[in-house]
Amino acid sequence: MTARNTMNPSELTADESRIDSEEAGLGLSPTMAALKRARSHYGLKIGFGILLVMAVFALFAPWLAPHDPYLQNLPMRMLPPVWVEGGSWEYLLGTDHLGRDYLSRIIYGARISMTIGIGAATIGMIIGVTLGLIAGYFGGWLDQAVNFLVTCQLAVPSLLLIMALVFVIGQSITVVIFVIGATHWVFYLVVTRSATLRLRELDFVAAAQAMGCSKFQIAVKEVLPNLVNQIMVIFTLEVAVAILNEATLSFLGLGIPSPIPSWGLMIAEGKQAMFFQPWLVILPGISLFILVIAINLLGDGVRDVTVTNRRN
Amino acid sequence: MSTASILDIQDLSVDIPTDSSTLHAVRGISLELNRGETLGIVGESGSGKSMTALALMNLLPPAARRQASCIDFDGSDLTHATERELASKIRGQRIGMIFQEPMTSLNPVYSIGRQLKETMTLHRKVSDSEAEKRAIYLLERVGLPDPASRLKQYPHELSGGQRQRVMIAMALMNEPELLIADEPTTALDVTIQAQILHLLRDLQREFGMSMILITHDLGVVSRAADNIAVMYAGDIVETGKTAEVLENPRHPYTKELLECVPGYRGKSQQRLGAIPGIVPAMTGEISGCAFASRCPRAADVCTTTNPPTKKLHEGRYFVCHEPETEQGEGTAERPVGSERIGKNHSRGAEAILAVEHVSCTFSVRRGLFGKRKPLQALDDVSLTLNKGEVLALVGESGCGKTTLTRTIMGLQAPSTGSVSLNGQRIGNLPPMERARMIQPIFQDPYSSLNPRKTIGEIIAKPLVVHGIGSSHEQHKRVRDMMELVGLPSRVFNSYPDQLSGGQRQRAAIGRALILNPEVVICDEPTSALDVSVQAQILNLLLDLRDELDLTYLFVTHNLSVVQHMADRVAVMYLGEIVECGERDQVMSSPKHPYTHALMDSALSISPGESVPDPGLSGDFPNPMNRPGGCPFHPRCPIAEQQCREEAPGPELIDNTLVQCWKAKTAGSQLKS
Amino acid sequence: MLNYILRRGLMALLVALTVSFGTFALFHFATDPAQTIAGEDAPQEMVDDIREQYGFDRPVSVQYGDWLGSALQGDFGQSYFWKQPVVELIKEHAKVTIVLALSALGVTILIALPLGISAALKPNSWVDRFALSTAVSAQAIPNFWLGLMLIILFSVTFPIFPVSGDATWKHYVLPALVLGASSVPAVMRLTRTGLLDVLSSDYIRTARAKGFVGYRLILQQAMRNALLPIVSVLAVQLGHKLGGSVVTESVFSMNGLGRLAVESIFNSDIPTVQSLILIFVLTFVLLTLAADLINAWLDPRIRMG
Repeated sequence: MTARNTMNPSELTADESRIDSEEAGLGLSPTMAALKRARSHYGLKIGFGILLVMAVFALFAPWLAPHDPYLQNLPMRMLPPVWVEGGSWEYLLGTDHLGRDYLSRIIYGARISMTIGIGAATIGMIIGVTLGLIAGYFGGWLDQAVNFLVTCQLAVPSLLLIMALVFVIGQSITVVIFVIGATHWVFYLVVTRSATLRLRELDFVAAAQAMGCSKFQIAVKEVLPNLVNQIMVIFTLEVAVAILNEATLSFLGLGIPSPIPSWGLMIAEGKQAMFFQPWLVILPGISLFILVIAINLLGDGVRDVTVTNRRN
Repeated sequence: MSTASILDIQDLSVDIPTDSSTLHAVRGISLELNRGETLGIVGESGSGKSMTALALMNLLPPAARRQASCIDFDGSDLTHATERELASKIRGQRIGMIFQEPMTSLNPVYSIGRQLKETMTLHRKVSDSEAEKRAIYLLERVGLPDPASRLKQYPHELSGGQRQRVMIAMALMNEPELLIADEPTTALDVTIQAQILHLLRDLQREFGMSMILITHDLGVVSRAADNIAVMYAGDIVETGKTAEVLENPRHPYTKELLECVPGYRGKSQQRLGAIPGIVPAMTGEISGCAFASRCPRAADVCTTTNPPTKKLHEGRYFVCHEPETEQGEGTAERPVGSERIGKNHSRGAEAILAVEHVSCTFSVRRGLFGKRKPLQALDDVSLTLNKGEVLALVGESGCGKTTLTRTIMGLQAPSTGSVSLNGQRIGNLPPMERARMIQPIFQDPYSSLNPRKTIGEIIAKPLVVHGIGSSHEQHKRVRDMMELVGLPSRVFNSYPDQLSGGQRQRAAIGRALILNPEVVICDEPTSALDVSVQAQILNLLLDLRDELDLTYLFVTHNLSVVQHMADRVAVMYLGEIVECGERDQVMSSPKHPYTHALMDSALSISPGESVPDPGLSGDFPNPMNRPGGCPFHPRCPIAEQQCREEAPGPELIDNTLVQCWKAKTAGSQLKS
Repeated sequence: MLNYILRRGLMALLVALTVSFGTFALFHFATDPAQTIAGEDAPQEMVDDIREQYGFDRPVSVQYGDWLGSALQGDFGQSYFWKQPVVELIKEHAKVTIVLALSALGVTILIALPLGISAALKPNSWVDRFALSTAVSAQAIPNFWLGLMLIILFSVTFPIFPVSGDATWKHYVLPALVLGASSVPAVMRLTRTGLLDVLSSDYIRTARAKGFVGYRLILQQAMRNALLPIVSVLAVQLGHKLGGSVVTESVFSMNGLGRLAVESIFNSDIPTVQSLILIFVLTFVLLTLAADLINAWLDPRIRMG
């Protein structure tokens, strides 16, 4: 017997805005309100802007890259970038140890990174969200089984496992995507499960049951739409994680096979000449850093503008 | 400031900056509290009453800003006191405070003893054993049995009522001169509420404390406060002696609010007063009177100039222009209370819903390797619901109300027994057919609507699920339904977040009724709403009952709502129906000692009357450890040997079904 | 309490067994150890002989039982590549990794906790913003690349620390920094939100109403609650640092377990890889178990629930 018709200071602002919106006739719909908040969120705008530019380069790489990234030109090897003494306008960011144009390789590298990031995060999402929805909504022994699976997955040294798997299955882009995706679903699962557990107890689910909806209908049509924002946030963060993972794998020589231009692989190749031509290591590293930070800014921003009852 | 007063506040304001603007939670209020007296601050949500309480000792949230020309506490000015000065001289020492949520207000990782003792050792040079002595003394005073061993317990081992008692003991460790109680009983069951209020009153007399009691409940304040201040939109609109304000209110808001309380006028199923509109946005400046937009007497002057403070006599003020449009003290000429709802409402004698010997046992397991324990949520419950009637189901939290409603709706299978609807067993009905006969309305309008769907989609959903009509027809039916439940058609494409609590509840009612069900299960449909909104919803539910020929099972803990709504009443205790009969019979001459205590705990608005002591020992038991014999015997004031050993069966006395060995004599025994 | 310890212990054991069986089965189906031992170009009969001789033709559960049985007696088998017992290999390499992981944990704690705490005490201040931007940046820097940059900066441009190896304490400074930095964002964020949650809780308001203020409020009222999530995350992070040592040890050419693992993978030395995974899993499970026990000691709700 609890009555909740009292003012709780921490909820005050939320409550008042509701009253405010009603008086003004109608407030903004959730989507419009999020978009309005997004317009004044610097991190989100910066992240989105950078990503847009990088995505354009990745998509239109064949037209935007000045050279063929695979074309070797041994006489022109190890050219420094244009702003360093000895650089040339022909090769803006210089060339690598085989004389391949570094700018073109970096542009194509963005393609690889984004493909693997999005691919792996999608696979992880499919596994994690499905399991999380099942565990959270149906509960019981299913929930316990899924929980046990999570504990196991967390206990595995995932990088080591990924390396070993990629090595025994064979190094290719598809294998890297699947292996990273198959080992990065825990975050989705944990969030989906706990949100579903919370939503399951809400009265709109009981109302749907009373209407005669089946469990499956409720899980997909009532619960899932409420998870979309959170899943979106995790997706962006997992894209970033997958990109870093791929770079690490390729750096160690257990990821994308040569001569495909992966940033991690480029760093590994540049490492040999690191002390004399440090830009070979610095440039792909900075590209990675910018891409990942842009994705993280976007993800944090989406979380800030969609999750309304955040604390500050 | 007169010598009699202990606290004098002048022009207190609290502002909270938000993302886009500033929220003026409290707008320049003035208050005075006399030594040894209790001041009740009443108001609905968002009126600024809790902010006022927190502002006194500057316990506001970090973002909030406080301003006052004077906060004089017993001669010392708190307005300019620093955080450190307040902490070392005032907080916990001269002013104690009790909060609303006993479940979260105690630190979960420290023992009760440590939390009690540190309040004393922090401020005074006392030894640990002295502090312990005081703690044990106070725990005993607040009515916790075996206080010495309680000290080693942790908050999670205590019930809500017990924790609130600990909170009170903690606030009294240093014998404060002033006690601020912010909704101290709102989170508690009614019988516990009465016990706690009773205790506070006793302790106040014993220690000679002054008290500020903040509450939304006019019944509570009418019995527990000497003076009251009515708050609306951050302002105090009326203040004075409790009896004077409640018996002869001068501000239109106070008058309207009282009309909204079911049972205030004593007659049932009559139209309640309902304040139209909603509280204005508290961001930005309000020109004129904040209540003008909802006030039945508002004139032009009310929206343009700030209303003057009028003094009737010392300590009795109200803030209103009192425009000429309508004079007269009474509200008799308004339709409120005059029109009996349901003139043409017929109560059939045919049972539409029959619950027969239903028991429900869950097995509860803690953790992966924990032991399974049985939890008997329902024990041999039988009920019938006749066509066209309103049956109220009353009981405290944990009594099994929710399990019963879920079983009735067929969302949960009973362990034994059966529920039948129009003669068909509900377990055998396909879910779709069942849904067209029986629909629920839930307590919390913030969780009963899917935040991702528009109001139109939500109300149309049952039609879509059942494949009724073309999308055009569905659309039209939704529009009609929205009109019927009083929702403006412009909210059709709005999301729940954009609606007020009352509007959301109207949408939930619309969704429940669109399939034309015969039976509606109302599960505490108004307990999350403010009094003024509750009145609107109760009026609507009674109107709809008559128009659509509905039958309600009305679950509630609010006895004045029961008095207002019900034809018959069923009282539940620990999974059993202990008493069931006609409303007047059950409420005015209860036969079961539990019903008796429950009715005693109901706090109607009666200024001057004291808080009754329901005379129950102990707290509501954990359903996991059901007492043997009559489950009520450990708390029953008249239990005998037989009650401890054997569970009583249902017995029909004067048309009322009672489960008690002493039902025939209980009435006279308890009255003495 | 004893019940709680037993339950947690049993759970840890179950997890370790499941994971080790899972990886064992995975390698069993994905590789052909007989072929590896015989060599790429070995004739089929020779491969078959080896398969029979080593028992690779038996069902996977039987082989796992065998392997686990000897592992429990301290025999992790023979390395195909280094041609010596895996136990000895692990013994040789363990010290470097343990020292590295612990000093990295120290780096994490020294950076993340003060930052997180001061951010939570003054939300939206410049400290808070600084802490958050540190977290966002640190999250985006590829670990191995940070290592290379530090080498360029502190071993080449300013030769303070050695480039690679594990001989002296100086060799550990840069690797510990790199490995420690990788956990800073997670630990910092969790410290901040955890403490913020506690500070905005009802019981802290109660404590303030009782007269607690300043350091007493933080230390005597808030700290214990705020520590609970931090203890858990530190255990998880320390466990991950063992796995993360794979990268750091490769960058700095340190002879630890991580580097051993990479080389074993390159040389298809499955017994070594398998044993290393088992060791990592066991360590992780034991660390989280320890964290659970510490939390049970801190929080009566866990202890008694």
